[in-house]
Amino acid sequence: MSDLATRISDWDARYAGWARTQNVFDRIFRVGTGFFAVLVLVILGGVIVALIDGALPALRHFGWTFVTSESWNPVTENFGARAPIYGTLVTSLIAMLIGIPISFGIAIFITELCPPWLKRPVGVAIELLAGIPSIIYGIWGLFVFAPYLQSTLQPLLIDTLGEIPGIGKLFAGPPLGIGILTAGLILGIMVLPFITSIMRDVFETVPPMLKESAYGIGCTTWEVVWNVVLPYTRIGVVGGIMLGLGRALGETMAVTFVIGNAYKIQGSLLAPGTTISAALANEFTEAVGDLYLSSLIALGFILFVITLIVLALAKFMLIRLERRTGT
Amino acid sequence: MLKKFLIAAAAATLLWSGAEAAEISGAGATFPYPIYAKWAEAFKAKSNIAMNYQSIGSGGGIKQIKSKTVDFGASDMPLKVEELNEAGLVQFPMVMGGVVPVVNIKEIKPGELKLTGTILASIYLGKVTKWNDPAIASLNPGLKLPSQAIAVVHRSDGSGTTFIFADYLAKVSPEWKGKVGVNTSLEWPTGLGGKGNEGVAAIASRTDGAIGYVEYAYAKQNKMTFTQLANRGGQMVAPNSDSFQSAAANADWANAPGYNLLLTDQPGKQSWPITGATFILMYKNQAKPETAKAALQFFDWSYKNGGKMAEDLDYVPMPAKVIQLVEETWKKMTGPDGKPIWTSSAGM
Repeated sequence: MSDLATRISDWDARYAGWARTQNVFDRIFRVGTGFFAVLVLVILGGVIVALIDGALPALRHFGWTFVTSESWNPVTENFGARAPIYGTLVTSLIAMLIGIPISFGIAIFITELCPPWLKRPVGVAIELLAGIPSIIYGIWGLFVFAPYLQSTLQPLLIDTLGEIPGIGKLFAGPPLGIGILTAGLILGIMVLPFITSIMRDVFETVPPMLKESAYGIGCTTWEVVWNVVLPYTRIGVVGGIMLGLGRALGETMAVTFVIGNAYKIQGSLLAPGTTISAALANEFTEAVGDLYLSSLIALGFILFVITLIVLALAKFMLIRLERRTGT
Repeated sequence: MLKKFLIAAAAATLLWSGAEAAEISGAGATFPYPIYAKWAEAFKAKSNIAMNYQSIGSGGGIKQIKSKTVDFGASDMPLKVEELNEAGLVQFPMVMGGVVPVVNIKEIKPGELKLTGTILASIYLGKVTKWNDPAIASLNPGLKLPSQAIAVVHRSDGSGTTFIFADYLAKVSPEWKGKVGVNTSLEWPTGLGGKGNEGVAAIASRTDGAIGYVEYAYAKQNKMTFTQLANRGGQMVAPNSDSFQSAAANADWANAPGYNLLLTDQPGKQSWPITGATFILMYKNQAKPETAKAALQFFDWSYKNGGKMAEDLDYVPMPAKVIQLVEETWKKMTGPDGKPIWTSSAGM
């Protein structure tokens, strides 16, 4: 009896020791992961502080006219960000208009309709698109895609849509090849893999039971996708779109090569323009003078704010969606 | 055992750093990077002094030398004398290049089209918009010029090439000077911006009726359709190393304090009007005279032995009389003890 008791207490002690060590490890693990999580916040905070600090001289000097003025003149040091902001938003919008439907189509095809043997090659091809460096897109855009557009799509647009009163203004002017539309199209191709792979992943999380019941009551594939798959996955879908949009807003090299780099807002989508990141890539290296440099940093700060607004809007949209459906 | 290894490693590090003590660091302009890199390689083979150059752009080069993180800065844009004195810097030209207008008009071959500075400025101001404009046609009586719109192409990135080009246009056109001005980036009245020489070349070469401007080396190596240009004496000249040399030789370097001189619109019958030098910036009072001396040795060696290499890469070496002037300037540079660092190149 006493023998058994000692053995038990012995075992207890050993177990307690083991538990203590586990406890210590657990704590180290918790502190460690917490540290990394906080580190992200610290880095982000540091970037914000550095951006504001760098941008302040320009923002103080120009005030609100920095956002509203279209002039970007390094000679007289008169800087306004309206043209780059416009270019950034419009190219990203075009990219989304093209990227979202195509990505949706690809993702639905892969998850719902694709014969199993084709799934892997298409999936891998999409992921490879994401692996192409953006400078390659830029060079391809400048030497191959833009000349192609110049001789095919752009004259067609000018002759057809360009003749329609109203929206015709968007497609006016000579076919230059490079310009806002070309930049938007290339961005559309570049965001494809990001949106597609997230859509595909979330579509695959839909429980087969739900889909099968829908098919069971006679739904077509389209009805299943629209009424079952999409509502079930919409948070992931919106997340994927936002990831793509974030990429489009900040893309630098590919855009710089094909947008034409003109600090002007012209009505036509075929005209050259510029974006915030293209302006930075173009001018940062040779910017002499404090106000010039500060204005460029202020551009970077504005891009940061735009991205923040986009993310906040997305979050807000999701919250409203959730409330409406009561999930 | 471990201790022994550590001692050995420490000794090796010491020895290593001893051997590498003579390392010069520089940063700045991208335009002269290929030739600086080539000179550095050849100089290291001869003298065992390594030169580490980062081509981060002229603006970056000026910033780096002012914060004293490098032994010399390099800029395509010369600093003004006041700015040099304020920072305690000396400045001297190292190597030259030319900027040439290139066009893309059907049936016009390299060197056939003649232009003047005023017309070039009018084109870039968006005032002359057709190739058969009377101003262009009267200069080129033998050529059949199409009634085609001129597509203006310029650099989109901040660049010394743009600076030299704009400086020339400002010298020949008061309107350009007043409306646009001179800088590494400009508010262009018209046209498309391409990134880098290759961007300008790509747009110009596939747009009918285009005109652009690129570095001479780039135009030559890619066999682009360059134009002739009237120089200050009214003479039509073609861009080549002779006409660049002529511009440099005829320039009045001796009376340009701080060598603050752009070689645009220089006198001389054969002078190409859009020529420019790229500059080196160093401190007048050197805290590390040994490194500064090594840097000057490198520049001296490059001046005297690097001409052929420069020409191979389509740069233009500085004329001998300018080199003499520059080496006189070097004698004013002093170490912490107030003694001059550079007495003559014979000391090498």
